[in-house]
Amino acid sequence: MRHLVACSIIGVLACGGGEGGSDGGDDAATVAPLGTASINGVVTFDGTPPANPTIDMADEPECVAKYTDDARDPIVSVTDGMLANVFVRVTGGLPAGPYPMPASPAVIDQDGCLYHPRVLGVMVGQDLDIRNSDPLQHNIKAVPTEQRGFNISQPRAGMTTTRSFNTPEVMVPLECSVHGWMNAYLGVVDHPYFATSGADGTFSIPGLPAGSYTLEAWHETLGTRTLEVEVDDGGSVTVTLVFGSSTS
Amino acid sequence: MGSFLDWFLPPGASTFAADIDRIYYAVLIITGIAFVIVEAGLVWFAIKYRARPGRKATYTHGSMRAEMIWTAIPAVSVVALGIWSGTVWNNIKARDSIPEGALEYAVMVSQFEWMFTYAGRDGEIGTADDFTLRNQLHVPVGRAVVLRLQSEDVIHSLFIPAFRVKQDIVPGMHMAVWFEATQTGRFEIACAELCGNGHTTMGAMTTVHSTAEFDEWVASRPATTALR
Amino acid sequence: MATTALPQEAAHAEAHELPFIRKYIFSTDHKIIGIQFLLMSLAFLGIGGFAAMLIRWQLGFPDVAIPGATILPETMAPGGYLLPEFYNSLVTMHGTLMVFFAVMPLLVGVFGNFLIPLKIGAPDMAFPRLNMWSFWIAVPAGVLMLSGFFVEGGAAGAGWTSYAPLSANSEYSGVFLGQQLWLLSLAVLGLSSILGATNYITTVVNLRAPGMTWFRLPLSIWALFITAILVLLAIPILSGAAIMLFFDQTIGTHFFDATGGGQPLLWQHLFWYFGHPEVYILILPGMGMVSDIIANGSRKPVFGYHSMVYALIAIAFLGWIVWGHHMFQSGMNPTLGMGFMISTMLIAVPSAIKTFNWMGTMWRGSIRFHVPMLHAITFVAMFVIGGLSGIFMASAPVDIFIHDTYFIVAHLHYVLFGGSLFAIFAAVTYWYPKMFGRMMDPFWGKVHWAITAVAFNVTFFPMHVLGAQGHMRRIYDPNQYEFLQPLQGTNTLITIGALVLFGAQFIFMGNFVISWFKGRKAPDNPWDDNGVEWTVHSPPPHLNFAETPVIYRAAYEYSSPLVEEDYLPQTRNLGSDSGPAAKPAAG
Repeated sequence: MRHLVACSIIGVLACGGGEGGSDGGDDAATVAPLGTASINGVVTFDGTPPANPTIDMADEPECVAKYTDDARDPIVSVTDGMLANVFVRVTGGLPAGPYPMPASPAVIDQDGCLYHPRVLGVMVGQDLDIRNSDPLQHNIKAVPTEQRGFNISQPRAGMTTTRSFNTPEVMVPLECSVHGWMNAYLGVVDHPYFATSGADGTFSIPGLPAGSYTLEAWHETLGTRTLEVEVDDGGSVTVTLVFGSSTS
Repeated sequence: MGSFLDWFLPPGASTFAADIDRIYYAVLIITGIAFVIVEAGLVWFAIKYRARPGRKATYTHGSMRAEMIWTAIPAVSVVALGIWSGTVWNNIKARDSIPEGALEYAVMVSQFEWMFTYAGRDGEIGTADDFTLRNQLHVPVGRAVVLRLQSEDVIHSLFIPAFRVKQDIVPGMHMAVWFEATQTGRFEIACAELCGNGHTTMGAMTTVHSTAEFDEWVASRPATTALR
Repeated sequence: MATTALPQEAAHAEAHELPFIRKYIFSTDHKIIGIQFLLMSLAFLGIGGFAAMLIRWQLGFPDVAIPGATILPETMAPGGYLLPEFYNSLVTMHGTLMVFFAVMPLLVGVFGNFLIPLKIGAPDMAFPRLNMWSFWIAVPAGVLMLSGFFVEGGAAGAGWTSYAPLSANSEYSGVFLGQQLWLLSLAVLGLSSILGATNYITTVVNLRAPGMTWFRLPLSIWALFITAILVLLAIPILSGAAIMLFFDQTIGTHFFDATGGGQPLLWQHLFWYFGHPEVYILILPGMGMVSDIIANGSRKPVFGYHSMVYALIAIAFLGWIVWGHHMFQSGMNPTLGMGFMISTMLIAVPSAIKTFNWMGTMWRGSIRFHVPMLHAITFVAMFVIGGLSGIFMASAPVDIFIHDTYFIVAHLHYVLFGGSLFAIFAAVTYWYPKMFGRMMDPFWGKVHWAITAVAFNVTFFPMHVLGAQGHMRRIYDPNQYEFLQPLQGTNTLITIGALVLFGAQFIFMGNFVISWFKGRKAPDNPWDDNGVEWTVHSPPPHLNFAETPVIYRAAYEYSSPLVEEDYLPQTRNLGSDSGPAAKPAAG
């Protein structure tokens, strides 16, 4: 990385830090999967979901053009009773690391002046590719509390910027300072056993060794749920997590 | 490209635009004359007094009379200009210059958005029928409006070129700027103070409506708080 | 008050030949230190100019990748297109480098050092070792400043004015180390400037040769003396403010951050209370040296020498009470506008005196168009434009429209480039023979002058027009605004002018370097000048004068009827002149 070359030129100065952030990443990449068990699940929403607010996007015609109806801020995204954008991760029961690194970078896209996905897990040291699919400038501001964030801009469509995190933190908010409604949440975890529920409410955490685990599920407005799960080698269990307007 | 020697200001569209422009053009004429005198003088002297064989420079240490002239003329001109400018300045920016009964707006700025809160149907800010729009300012023609400006983070500057309006917005301070539009149409708003990575994106639009059209437009708005 | 005593250290150094490192690296010789400042600040001039080229490319050709810029890391210019944050860093660093590391040291560091002892007939500065330190403190300051480009988060990006809270809180900009390095660098550089200024003032007051009365001083020395006083009064304000802002950045004070009860406008007051005198620090030495050169080129005494001195003093004094004109639109109480407006406008008066007196000096002269003279005349022609455009923004109501637009950018470049930098070109080409003992090539000197003068105007004159259309400064992409889109052609023209302007400086650089080694050997007095420095060998020996010179007359006795030649050196005794004639005025 050119950054590092530059750092060595100015040897006396503090360098590195969050941007490089691949400490241990090389180790993680070479670690074999720890097991073959998997936890599958579905997140449901009980009750009538709250209406998501509309977005005043009038000053961004390029984004408005990507919607047929009024754009809404998908804070609570429920389809046929299934809840998307719930971040699920293993919080207890894991053997000591090192853990394998996910094979591909995590990707977050800015499209129609919204983040896709809105909730995303990323392992410590894993690359996060931030893409701009809108023909206008976005500004991506990560505001973690456990580590130094970043504040970068992408003035052109098609740009991709790669960043990573060096400390676990659930969740790291991501904001766009140009479009105040744009929010995303990154779950930064020091192992790869996490997933986010899709539009159909499902998620899957594969590659676990046999054992009993604590799962924690997080939603930005509906709170958290925890669950104990036991799986065998090669086996899989299916769990159901229930959120709802009445139970939060 | 054809306009690169065009020193004229863009058309003004507020009540005090003409006052500002008048000073600008007066300064343009005064400085233009000084410019021509000096530049032409330099060229003329350079040609006329160039060294030639047999030429000898005149030995002189100066002329008090000439120096008095070129001290007095600029002094009188700039003091007059200063007093004239001061009057116009006070009419536009003095804290007591905001006209009685101006229509109020609350403007909250942040990196990199303008949030305009409107008084709504009752014409009062801070009541239930207020509504907020992002980067869109709608005002009636022929009525003074006052923008109460506040910044959430860094210094921004409200700049509406057509209205000859510019006011920095300093976090922690309450600013007010007023203007009265003289014609309907759309006029761009820019941020004029470097405010961060997205400074260049921080544009907004003023739409000036006829009074009837404006009232109708306000009546059609539901009370909302824009999402940010 | 003038004394013939050698500074103690210099006297000691004379006793033996110095080793290379003491003679050329850690030298206490004011001439070597001047040359060291010259080389350093020319390097920074190049870096600052290169930053400007990147800025101009973005504005002139926003849809074309910068050729070769793909070697820059993706935090600066992914795919050869500048990022807005890097653009902000470039804008900041261009201004900072040019003001603090190029123009200021070129004028004050180089010519303050080189000229003051030589022109007043002194063997060296009053404090030679402090003088050495003032250079060797400036070097690490420059390294600190440049290192901002190489740290995480990038270089400082809040503009050379670094308005808080954008500069105070890294959350708002993403820049943290870079901004801190910027502040540290300026605090360190401030120390260098203060040491230098102390030295200049002491030297001019105490070390003038017998007969060098205050009103026999060349205007260059007057200007450098007054500048040194300004430096001593202005720079500590900046250093204090920079340290406060550094604390805001690092240890959580809130001097300038409203969220903690601080006041962002306090930074602006402190910055401009330093910053406006700084503007005159950047132009007064140029005015002084240009006066010397125009008198020499015209073969005439300076027109109205005394009023030239009083005008310098008046400009310096007025420069102290006008800082608020940078803040008309800042939210400062508008009632203050009137006072700052009148005091600002009054600066036009001494400026007019200077301009017309320069013209008066040329009037009925016998003008020799050597390269320094060409640059000096261009200085007058360009400074006038910068001065006149200043009247627009001095008028607070007009400033409402043109504040923070390209009109300001045009104005400040006509003063800082059209003024200061042409004065620097004039001074470098004029005193080069005395510095290096060789002549610069006059042909390439004229080529450089001609291209620079034309390209300068192609670059900066249209910026007035951009400003008159409301084009904001420090804008990464003006095409975001409909009302600025028709100005793209003008922006492209400006960029072409800027590229030519930058390219022309390689001619200067080539001439500078080649002449150093291959140039014609310089005689002692190549320009037939009256100054004391031209009575000694080029380059002058260590400690300058074999015996202390005695001054018999004023600085500009060109074409005097008393002698056959058209110049009459300050040190020449016509027989009718009695010893150290007039008593030196009390310091």
